[in-house]
Amino acid sequence: MSSNFQFTPENLEEYQDILRRYPVKRAALLPTLHLVQAQHGFVPAEAEQFVADLLDLPVVDVREVLTFYSLFHRREMGRHHIRVCMSLSCWLRGAGRLKRHLGEKLRVESGGVSADGQFSWEAVPDCMGACEIAPMLQLDKDYYGNLGNQDVDQLLEGFNGPPGDPELE
Amino acid sequence: MPTANLVSKHFGNEKARELDWYRAQGGYEAARRALFEMQPEEITEEVIKSNLRGLGGAGFPTGRKWTFVPKESGKPNYLTVNADEAEPGTFKDKYIMTWDPHRLIEGIIVCCYAVGIHTAYVYIRGEYVRPYERLRDAIRQAYQGGVLGEKVLGKDFKLDVFIHRGAGAYICGEETGLLESLEGKKGWPRLKPPFPAVVGLFDCPTVINNVETISHLPNIILNGGEWFAELGADRSGGSRLFCLSGHVKRPGVYELTMGSPMSELIYEHGGGILDDRQLKAVIPGGSSAPVLTADCVDLSLDFDSLAKAGSMLGSGGVMVLSDSVCMVKALSVVSHFYAHESCGQCTPCREGTGWLDRILMRILEGDGRRQDLDTLLSIAEYMQGTSICALSDAAALPVQSFVTKFRSEFEYHIQHKSCDVENPEPALAL
Repeated sequence: MSSNFQFTPENLEEYQDILRRYPVKRAALLPTLHLVQAQHGFVPAEAEQFVADLLDLPVVDVREVLTFYSLFHRREMGRHHIRVCMSLSCWLRGAGRLKRHLGEKLRVESGGVSADGQFSWEAVPDCMGACEIAPMLQLDKDYYGNLGNQDVDQLLEGFNGPPGDPELE
Repeated sequence: MPTANLVSKHFGNEKARELDWYRAQGGYEAARRALFEMQPEEITEEVIKSNLRGLGGAGFPTGRKWTFVPKESGKPNYLTVNADEAEPGTFKDKYIMTWDPHRLIEGIIVCCYAVGIHTAYVYIRGEYVRPYERLRDAIRQAYQGGVLGEKVLGKDFKLDVFIHRGAGAYICGEETGLLESLEGKKGWPRLKPPFPAVVGLFDCPTVINNVETISHLPNIILNGGEWFAELGADRSGGSRLFCLSGHVKRPGVYELTMGSPMSELIYEHGGGILDDRQLKAVIPGGSSAPVLTADCVDLSLDFDSLAKAGSMLGSGGVMVLSDSVCMVKALSVVSHFYAHESCGQCTPCREGTGWLDRILMRILEGDGRRQDLDTLLSIAEYMQGTSICALSDAAALPVQSFVTKFRSEFEYHIQHKSCDVENPEPALAL
């Protein structure tokens, strides 16, 4: 089977570099999926076949791994993705309030994308390892903590550029 | 003096992650000494003497773990550094990788030379993007500076260190789940035996140690195992990073010698209870550790003291709960986490965590039944010792301890369909 998904030349090089780290090809699966997601924003179905072909795996093995891990997305997300920590230490310091506020602010429930496509967000039950700044969230690569409602508003404002081309990021 | 700075002294220092600065402060001297002045067996001997224990949570003696690696297996040996820091309430390894990545690399060199390992993988949780970048840059510097690669610090000893990013699964912090994940599979834990020291990564002998555990090695080499052992308590050597969170005025990472009093951590370092309320409970070692009532402040923070008190030191994640907390709601937050993170492989855990979560939710929604508490306890009992890994036990222990120690709050909820705590934080899913 062939696939419509392709790595950019730079990412193909990065992929070759990933392969060199492991004595067994399959071990490159997680880093390869990370690379797909970094390039495309999520892992589309056609990329599953692409990755399976690269690593000589049945596509069902790729699907199995892809769906086991919560950081991989299988559909388009907002330009910025937010994860709110709902673990005990964050809950003790107001994660419930943070979650409600974010839902109201973005006018979409956890798991959804805001109408302008700018933000997607989810409330996650697993601890993100930042209880010292509870309540906290991760926006793209960074952690933000000690968040009151106003802090959240300001934070979102700062990321509220014109919707559209992710290449501009 | 109970405060310590063995692994935390560079926290907050922007320069410490630069190789040149780290070396100018005497960095990599321990690795040099290990490589050029010690035999591998001597290193292991010092680590055994130091009473260094696994600081990821299990507390297994580190040096002894190394001795389980067979001498002549005919296969390569591997080191896997567990940086999949995900036990709720734990955030210390993030600080080491962010502020002092060279200390971790130096510790990796010491361990690998002692055990005869030429390839190490650091398995870091996927959410830790910035700590990953810091560590990646430090490893690059180390290769460029001759610290890693074909000849480590000029010695005829080859060592490669690679970082492997996880992708969001608590179970991958379990050591065999981690190995599966590193091999490109879903993180389903393996049956033991065989233990990873014999059949581990790629079916080869593998040492798996936590980030902080490895980061203590340079100091042990420089000052000796006995020095480290004496700093700590009986059978828990040296110091460790405590992650203080929840209802304290100053949450954060504090390094204390093993055996320091809980009261010092909470009241001196943490500044006491938030809003000057009363202390109600402490979860002392990550959310899997059984909850303790307020009188626990007299306990010593070391592995044996907390085990004796019916809990565990675990990952060093100390979560403080003030009297504003409804214990039914708090437990439901914890139980919901385990239901979400059970990998689904073993029936008692997959079904048990789901039922605990649903029954607690039912109680919170006002549909609790008189027999629910006994049902919770009996599920928790059947979940222990009946699954491949410890997640099932970890999910059962909080339920047992919360329901036993705060039973009247649970009974009140079932009877009155409401809380007997004034203005509590609302439950998450309601």
